[in-house]
Amino acid sequence: MALATRTPRPPSLIGSVWRSTVGKKTIMAVSGLIMLGYLVSHLFGNLKVFFGADDFNGYAHWLRTIGEPILHHGWFLWIVRPVLLAAVILHGVTAYQLSRRDLAARPQKYAHQRKEQSYATRTMRWGGVILTLFIIWHILDLTTLTVNERAEEGHPYENLVASFSTWYGNTIYITAMIAVGLHIRHGLWSAAQTLGVASARRTRALKIASNGLALVMSCGFISIPVSVMLGLVD
Amino acid sequence: MRLTLRIWRQTGPDEPGAMTTYEVDGISEDMSFLEMLDHLNEELILGGDEPVAFDQDCREGICGACGMVINGQAHGPERTTTCQLHMRHFNDGDTIDIEPWRASAFPVVKDLVVDRSAFDRIISSGGFISAPTGSAPDAHATPVPKAAADLAFENAECIGCGACVAACPNGSAMLFTSAKVVHLNVLPQGAPERESRVLDMVGTMDAEGFGGCTNTGECATACPKGIPLPTIAAMNREYLRATVKGGKRRTG
Repeated sequence: MALATRTPRPPSLIGSVWRSTVGKKTIMAVSGLIMLGYLVSHLFGNLKVFFGADDFNGYAHWLRTIGEPILHHGWFLWIVRPVLLAAVILHGVTAYQLSRRDLAARPQKYAHQRKEQSYATRTMRWGGVILTLFIIWHILDLTTLTVNERAEEGHPYENLVASFSTWYGNTIYITAMIAVGLHIRHGLWSAAQTLGVASARRTRALKIASNGLALVMSCGFISIPVSVMLGLVD
Repeated sequence: MRLTLRIWRQTGPDEPGAMTTYEVDGISEDMSFLEMLDHLNEELILGGDEPVAFDQDCREGICGACGMVINGQAHGPERTTTCQLHMRHFNDGDTIDIEPWRASAFPVVKDLVVDRSAFDRIISSGGFISAPTGSAPDAHATPVPKAAADLAFENAECIGCGACVAACPNGSAMLFTSAKVVHLNVLPQGAPERESRVLDMVGTMDAEGFGGCTNTGECATACPKGIPLPTIAAMNREYLRATVKGGKRRTG
């Protein structure tokens, strides 16, 4: 009898990554790092608000001219946006699927409950929900200007000041920026762990880097509405 | 010592269970935790009651058979196995909560006994090396770098007790699986199956219904053998490497 020499077709790379928990976490880590990279440059740009309306509005205008003349006006932003949208969706979908799995793996709680984990670790899931809602609000407020008080296209500085002159604008923004700091604190370290970058020797440095970046991001973003409230930016 | 024990009693896998309170007296601080339970069981048997079922074997902290969640901590307040935990770490008059490992992949068999055969299935899917049988090879036939030998030994210390799964809020077996994967993958003897091992063992781990890792670090804190958290990162690295290299699974 001849030996069976045909082997079934191996599963595709994407398929096996998507089906495995470690693969899904890799997707979470990479999409998270894409969003974090964007956020760092976003903070850099936003801090130009402290140099006045001309600087800030000029910077916003320049963003639309990146890549010219090869790219048409504004195309650069339209290249970035689908990438970010894909990152947000992949991050959210994998987080949802993994969370459902995690909850199912521990259906019965211990009768003797201990307070465990850091605050940032415990709040990753709800923090993610808060940030998703914030992103929607933020786009409606300062990109599409749908809910902005002033809503003057081409004048982001004035729109920003208008948004941060309302109590709800400040409350939503500051809450979300605290959430983003907590999310980065645990998320960046987790991404290093998931991507296999972490090691016994690097653990301390990675934790310091995560905490440091989280603090810089939160404080950096929050400094803007606080400055509007204090009248430093108007 | 006099203690109040609140112990999870469950007569069978599909029966409902509940925390039941017992008072025990005459406990010596030199007793191990299991000896304290033996003492309770003797009284229960004399009184005509069903003794508390729990897993145990070597009572030396090296077999991994025992394990229970004591006051919300896997293996109790000391970094050791339940059999090597002594009553001197408790005070006279304490109330102690004793529960089985909680994870859907570790169903309760009876009282404090859980079925940990999911770990065996993870091992049998890749936690071995394929070596020809025969007489033992010369000790120096396969040189092993010192650093690799040390790392392999650190991970080989895992006794498969399941405390990592019990401590993890997600009931994840990542610390166990990573210890087994890293133990063999860093050694030259494990190299031929390096890719299939990690893919198969992670695949089995997922199929058994364990949760994923959210890097809370609870597992490494509970581990009586001190398997460190970066071991999980090392397995993730092996997994990604195997995936990128197009490694094939032997099973599944």
